[in-house]
Amino acid sequence: MTEGIVLRDERADTSPIVSDEVKYTTCYMCACRCGIKVHLKDNQIRYIEGNPDHPVNKGVLCAKGSAGIMQQNSPAKLQKPLLRVGERGEGKFKEIEWEEALDLAAGWLQDVRSDDPSKLAFFTGRDQSQSFTGWWAKQYGTRNFAAHGGFCSVNMAAAGLYSIGGSFWEFGEPDWDHTKYFMMFGVAEDHDSNPIKMGLGKLKTREDAKFVSINPVRSGYSAIADEWIGITPGADGLFVMAIIHELLAAEKIDWDYLKRYTNASWLVIQAEGDAADGLFARNATGTTLIATATGELLPHSDRKADPVLVGTYTLPSGKKAVPAFQLMAERYLEDTYAPEAVAERVGIKADTIRRIAAEIADVAFEQEITLDIPWTDWAGRPQEKMTGRPVSMHAMRGISAHSNGFHTCRAIHLLQMLIGTIDVPGGFRHKPPFPKPCPPGPTPAGKETAANTPLNGMPLGFPKGPEDLLVDEAGNPKRIDKAYSWEYPLSAHGLMHSVIHNAWAGDPAEIDVLFMYMSNMGWNSTMNVPDTIRYLTDKKPDGSYKIPRFIYSDAYHSETVAFADLVLPDTTYLERWDCISLLDRPISSAHGAADAIRQPVVALDRDVRPFQDVMLDLGVKLNLPGFAAEDGSAIYPGGYSDYMVNHERTPDVGPLAGWRGEDGSGQGRGGANRAQLDAYIENGCFWEKKFTPEQSYYKFANKSYLEEAVHMGWLAMPSPVVMEIYSETMQKFRLAARGFGDRQPPDHLRDRVETFFDPLPLWYAPFADEDKGEGFPLHAVTQRPMHMYHSWGSQNAWLRQITARNPLFIHADTAAASGITDGDWLWVSSPYGKVKAQAKLMRGVNPHTVWTWNAIGKRKGAWNLKEDAPEVTKGFLLNHIISELLPPREDGYRYSNSDPVTGQAAWYDLRVSIEKCDAADFGETEPMFEAQGAAGLPEPTELLRYGANLKGEASHLDPVPMKDWIGNRKENAGKKSGIKPGHGNQIDGDSEKEKE
Amino acid sequence: MHPAKSVIFFTTASGAGYGLLALLIAGNIFGLIPAQFWLAFIGYAVSYVLITGGLLSSTFHLGHPERAWRALTQWRSSWLSREGVMAILTFIPTGLYALHQLFFPEMMQGIMGLLGVVGVICAIVTVYCTAMIYASLKPIHAWSNNYVPAGYLLLALMSGLLLLNSLLALWGFATASLQLVTLLVLGVALGWKITYWRFLDSSKSISTPESATGLGEFGAVKLFEAPHTEANYLMKEMGFKIARKHSAKLRLITLLAGFIAPILLIILGLFLGTVGSGVLMMLAVISAAIGLVTERWLFFAEARHTVGLYYGAPHA
Amino acid sequence: MTSLPTTPSKKKLGLVIDLDICVGCHACAVNCKEWNTGGHSAPLTDTDPYGADPTGVWFNRIHSFEVENEDTGGRTVHFPKSCLHCDDAPCVTVCPTGASYKREEDGIVLVNADHCIGCKLCSWACPYGAREYDEDAGVMKKCTLCVDKIYNPNLPEESRVPACVSTCPVGARSFGDLGDPDSDVSKLVAKRSGYDLMPEQECKPTNKYLPPRPKKLGNDAPPPELAPVADSSAGVIARWVDKFLSA
Ligand SMILES: Nc1nc2c(c(=O)[nH]1)N[C@H]1C(S)=C(S)[C@@H](COP(=O)(O)OP(=O)(O)OC[C@H]3O[C@@H](n4cnc5c(=O)[nH]c(N)nc54)[C@H](O)[C@@H]3O)O[C@H]1N2
Ligand SMILES: Nc1nc2c(c(=O)[nH]1)N[C@H]1C(S)=C(S)[C@@H](COP(=O)(O)OP(=O)(O)OC[C@H]3O[C@@H](n4cnc5c(=O)[nH]c(N)nc54)[C@H](O)[C@@H]3O)O[C@H]1N2
Ligand code: SF4
Ligand code: SF4
Ligand code: SF4
Ligand code: SF4
Ligand code: SF4
Ligand SMILES: [Mo]
Repeated sequence: MTEGIVLRDERADTSPIVSDEVKYTTCYMCACRCGIKVHLKDNQIRYIEGNPDHPVNKGVLCAKGSAGIMQQNSPAKLQKPLLRVGERGEGKFKEIEWEEALDLAAGWLQDVRSDDPSKLAFFTGRDQSQSFTGWWAKQYGTRNFAAHGGFCSVNMAAAGLYSIGGSFWEFGEPDWDHTKYFMMFGVAEDHDSNPIKMGLGKLKTREDAKFVSINPVRSGYSAIADEWIGITPGADGLFVMAIIHELLAAEKIDWDYLKRYTNASWLVIQAEGDAADGLFARNATGTTLIATATGELLPHSDRKADPVLVGTYTLPSGKKAVPAFQLMAERYLEDTYAPEAVAERVGIKADTIRRIAAEIADVAFEQEITLDIPWTDWAGRPQEKMTGRPVSMHAMRGISAHSNGFHTCRAIHLLQMLIGTIDVPGGFRHKPPFPKPCPPGPTPAGKETAANTPLNGMPLGFPKGPEDLLVDEAGNPKRIDKAYSWEYPLSAHGLMHSVIHNAWAGDPAEIDVLFMYMSNMGWNSTMNVPDTIRYLTDKKPDGSYKIPRFIYSDAYHSETVAFADLVLPDTTYLERWDCISLLDRPISSAHGAADAIRQPVVALDRDVRPFQDVMLDLGVKLNLPGFAAEDGSAIYPGGYSDYMVNHERTPDVGPLAGWRGEDGSGQGRGGANRAQLDAYIENGCFWEKKFTPEQSYYKFANKSYLEEAVHMGWLAMPSPVVMEIYSETMQKFRLAARGFGDRQPPDHLRDRVETFFDPLPLWYAPFADEDKGEGFPLHAVTQRPMHMYHSWGSQNAWLRQITARNPLFIHADTAAASGITDGDWLWVSSPYGKVKAQAKLMRGVNPHTVWTWNAIGKRKGAWNLKEDAPEVTKGFLLNHIISELLPPREDGYRYSNSDPVTGQAAWYDLRVSIEKCDAADFGETEPMFEAQGAAGLPEPTELLRYGANLKGEASHLDPVPMKDWIGNRKENAGKKSGIKPGHGNQIDGDSEKEKE
Repeated sequence: MHPAKSVIFFTTASGAGYGLLALLIAGNIFGLIPAQFWLAFIGYAVSYVLITGGLLSSTFHLGHPERAWRALTQWRSSWLSREGVMAILTFIPTGLYALHQLFFPEMMQGIMGLLGVVGVICAIVTVYCTAMIYASLKPIHAWSNNYVPAGYLLLALMSGLLLLNSLLALWGFATASLQLVTLLVLGVALGWKITYWRFLDSSKSISTPESATGLGEFGAVKLFEAPHTEANYLMKEMGFKIARKHSAKLRLITLLAGFIAPILLIILGLFLGTVGSGVLMMLAVISAAIGLVTERWLFFAEARHTVGLYYGAPHA
Repeated sequence: MTSLPTTPSKKKLGLVIDLDICVGCHACAVNCKEWNTGGHSAPLTDTDPYGADPTGVWFNRIHSFEVENEDTGGRTVHFPKSCLHCDDAPCVTVCPTGASYKREEDGIVLVNADHCIGCKLCSWACPYGAREYDEDAGVMKKCTLCVDKIYNPNLPEESRVPACVSTCPVGARSFGDLGDPDSDVSKLVAKRSGYDLMPEQECKPTNKYLPPRPKKLGNDAPPPELAPVADSSAGVIARWVDKFLSA
């Protein structure tokens, strides 16, 4: 009776003190980079909430972001640098001091650099400092650098950049405020996590908009779609081409848009057997030509010319030429693209395809929208209004993670161009620094490398023709991942998924040091877990490892840590400086440019260091130019925050665009400003420059925007970005395959290049369908859970309570046909192996498709989870049965399981069969790998009482009136006063209601 | 519903205790039980041990037993509170009556008789309150019906009678008439139990997955994903599931041990005469105890809570 | 001393949840846990957090349902659920200690952790599964409607909203006074035919759910079918040659 005898006490403390301090920074529970406010109390995190002023998330926070406390509290945080003492994979380490770790790493790296810097393969994973790590690789002198894009979504990036000068991924967004018809292809979550959700909320609560989701699975976003189209995987290209067929046949196309902003009118030489066949006709100065209605041939840049899109013309050379549009139209008007012809493979009724085409046409051409915003085009011609065809599209890994993803994505862009809906009101909008010139920017460096010598450019770039490939005389790859080779010529992000295999196989060459950062390549981000483990642990006859040295930087006890020789432990995102820069993956929106920083908000309590600081230190130890001064001293002695402020990539352009110049008034350009970080912190750790209404659309041809872009350093010249329905770059590769030019593919690759370098979007069955479709009747894909970020969510005490195991989801009818019921254990087999999983029946899934949540399964001992955790015993990865290689060609050679244009990993090509296990085998997943060691981690707690000591004291301030909050849009609540548009239409003090 | 041992023991034991207590008092008032000190003493002792043991065990499942006194405060709205209050109140008249009967049987007989009647009523009301804790829970279809209070009262009476009979038999006071009454009550209780199970098997909650989600107008509602892949408190506490096979077996045990065996044993006793029937009555009590504990276990285990509708149960 | 307020408050604070746009992201559930684990009911204990059977106290959980319908096809509906702050809250009336109570001033249903004996009866009485037993603390906990946030003068105005509401990325959650027919939330409910969960349980929940809206399958007012402008593909191109070149 310690409480005293109070019978009822109905007073709750409504005004406790919440925090001693609130610090702003940027979330990194995923790559979306939302702004957060971190409430601190007694040096602990009391609460993390969204920053309402932040351009990305406007105050909202997703499940992952909300669980940041538990990431910080994770028992899987690495504690100290680790040196391997056991065998690779066992996870037996000794803790060492940082000096020893850095000296070791620098020693290994120096040896390599003085010999052949290309023997270092430096690959970073889900990285947001790629402009920094890429620059490090350049200064070091290795061409073998890339980040995770090659296995993630380079198909989207490349198809976009080579077609429209920008791309889906997170580099563009639908015009959420105006679009009336939104088509989403193959998206479960995406990088624009919160912006997409906010956008869907807006769109769905408008009466005049329709949301169509094309996805084999009806979960997440597809669940709230007005129409769900349960497509069979890998067939989107056909679906889109059938829509194009319908639109062309009915002449529902935006002629003007095509003429003005795309290369539809450019004349393409038609001269079979000629070196110029399929290239654009050009005049003496190299400008491409168009034809007018009178048959006159003019340079496309002629401001007064009105080009035609059809007809056959004779060039001065006597060769024939037709507008690119005609070639395109001829292809897709063919009966092979008629809805009836594709319906079965696509898994959608012909009627539905036809109706969707009609709906698109109706919205695009009958429901055009006009904004009263005058603007001036690139040629100085004033335009009174901004008109838009309010059909918008977004696509991501459902498209990109197939071996036909590049062309499928290009087909979607083609459809957008045909109806004139790119960067117009209601359409898809670029985010700065996009649009970029098309075809895109610098070519990859690293044709030649030399000891102790930096590269002459950045290792990643965009080839514009065979001359830009990184191949030797015989046409063989030079990079360890075979990027920019004839096998994957446009592999703009590298092929990280090939590195470990190739390094093991010594194909195309052996390496000495493998250096990886923030990528769980030993588990969920490899396409082939069992073999990757073998590659990493395999030894030469002399007992040394085939991959001699492996340095890895992780912040947590991931599966990959167990394989490293040297582990460089990183901090958490709340403990370090970071830079979210316009030079790599900025946080811009269609409304303006933005970048951001992270600042340390909690003190370090263990002996770990920010990776970027470590790279700066290594740069100094290796005496790399840009890192070490002449006298060997550090150029950025203050570490990464010093670099963020003082580094200039080109004069006056540095990692951060805000508050540049001595007085801090520079935006985009200006010298270093010592007070720059303070200015960022003051502003909530981000900088944003909004566009004027005039700059907001038609950016590819908008004078005001183009000039701004030049000023900001995004474009070199204010010339328009012409979008490409027809890709001459592709044709150049094809011509090389046909025997033209001095750089040609080796004979064994000619057919491959000829086939896949079609200048127009093409559809072919994903390779796995062709090779292994038989016997493996089902498609198998994964989806990202919205509340988990790949592997790293499972160490989070809160998030893992939501999903601690993953079943294999199957259509109830498909399951019934195999006698499978809910909860049964199954063998899921592919040509490459089998994995045991538990069945979960559902109806909202394409009947030919099975799927599961990504990256839930864990290796025993990893992430400091207990060995009987459901993630270990019940969770599984499809990665156990994918393969990073395709089945052998006739001569035994195996291509990477990737898109033949870009090298994008084809995760979702996977075909499987399912079979019920014997009842005796029920209960635990397989394969089951041996437990990995704990690497000096603390024992995980049995009981978590987080917050027990954070309960606020009463502040003795009087309660204040609470705030109404309408989460829905104005339109939803009825057109009435008081509810303002914007996320969560808060009822403001100035609402009509209160004025009354 | 999760069958918590402490609650099962509490309800069965206290039911039997109150049954015996009420019968002892009533028997004494109406002179139906021979006035034998040790018989009465042991009788009262047994009932108080059962009652107090039950009450104490019911506090074992509390998160804060030291605050249990607070449970006496909300008698106006809470059946649990009422039960607590009544349990304590019942001690007064019945305790006084028992003391009186044992030690001062001659004093104030009139008033004491009245007190006895009050005590009996209190005991009945307490059992009724216990029953109403369950019967007032609308979300649990198996409980929120009239069978439940009827059953609690019947089973309290039945177990009280069985206990009383065995006491009488041990003291050699067994009477055929009381045994016949016991048989009658056993029969009625058996009938009640079967009717209750029929009701349980043939009816379900008016709440459905459709009404729980409000999505019925769109079609049949089925759980796709639960909020957590592992069981949470709600599932562990309210989502307890028992296999049909399993429950059929336990129902049989309940019927055989709880009702049929005691009936047969009593009948056998009637034929064998008094000496043998003491042992038989003890056997009947033990058998009934097994049966009633099983019955109470099933009472929880078979009860489906509406919260299950949110976790994939097709009905509640 | 009966347990529901004798004079029911006119003010009925509660949530409105729009099932038409909830994408099932769990943001509201996690943000709720985050706020409340250091708030009025701190801590929201987790047991075996890194082991085989992780379970914790959550005030808000997200379910997903499939609704099947032969005619209109099925749909998937994400379904968040927390305490509905019922008018006739059985969790309050069954409570033997008075620890469970409904606030007179705004109808919020709370538990006084200092008085709760942890008998769990209220969790049996709630038809919705909105009560959360904290095994470690031995007391019942539940959604507080963020009572320590919504009136808290130590927070800026825009933060004085339940955590689950301000964090919801799609804006599927609204908050306000459902007792006032003129409030914006009440109007929203009226406009979108907001409904009660399990009305047959007669708890008179305050929180309302907005039903998913009919799918726009294009059947109601289908756009005109696209008519080919010529019989064959060659014909289509020939037509364009005519159209553009004869000018
Ligand atoms: N919460 C969370 N957010 C994340 C991540 C995370 O792990 N968790 N990861 C981030 C990363 S690295 C990436 S790359 C992005 C990816 O974001 P998403 O592109 O959303 O990635 P997935 O989850 O793979 O979703 C792919 C979707 O495509 C569908 N699909 C599969 N095959 C096909 C097909 O052939 N056609 C069509 N139309 N659909 C298909 C699948 O059913 C699935 O819904 O998300 C980022 N955001
Ligand atoms: N089956 C299947 N597999 C897939 C995919 C799929 O859709 N299906 N998606 C693929 C795609 S698109 C991607 S992008 C990959 C992603 O896969 P990964 O890139 O491997 O992503 P994670 O596993 O989340 O994280 C990588 C590592 O970063 C570490 N880390 C986290 N924070 C920090 C930090 O602050 N510093 C450092 N140094 N390390 C940190 C984590 O501990 C983890 O070990 O997965 C791929 N794998
Ligand atoms: S989407 Fe979520 S996890 Fe990603 S940055 Fe934003 S709040 Fe953090
Ligand atoms: S939802 Fe349940 S816990 Fe909340 S007030 Fe209603 S009955 Fe009580
Ligand atoms: S658990 Fe606590 S709040 Fe619930 S009924 Fe018992 S005493 Fe009341
Ligand atoms: S109102 Fe507050 S306590 Fe209730 S569910 Fe929402 S966040 Fe949790
Ligand atoms: S945060 Fe919003 S969208 Fe996400 S689950 Fe909760 S209510 Fe649904
Ligand atoms: Mo990715």
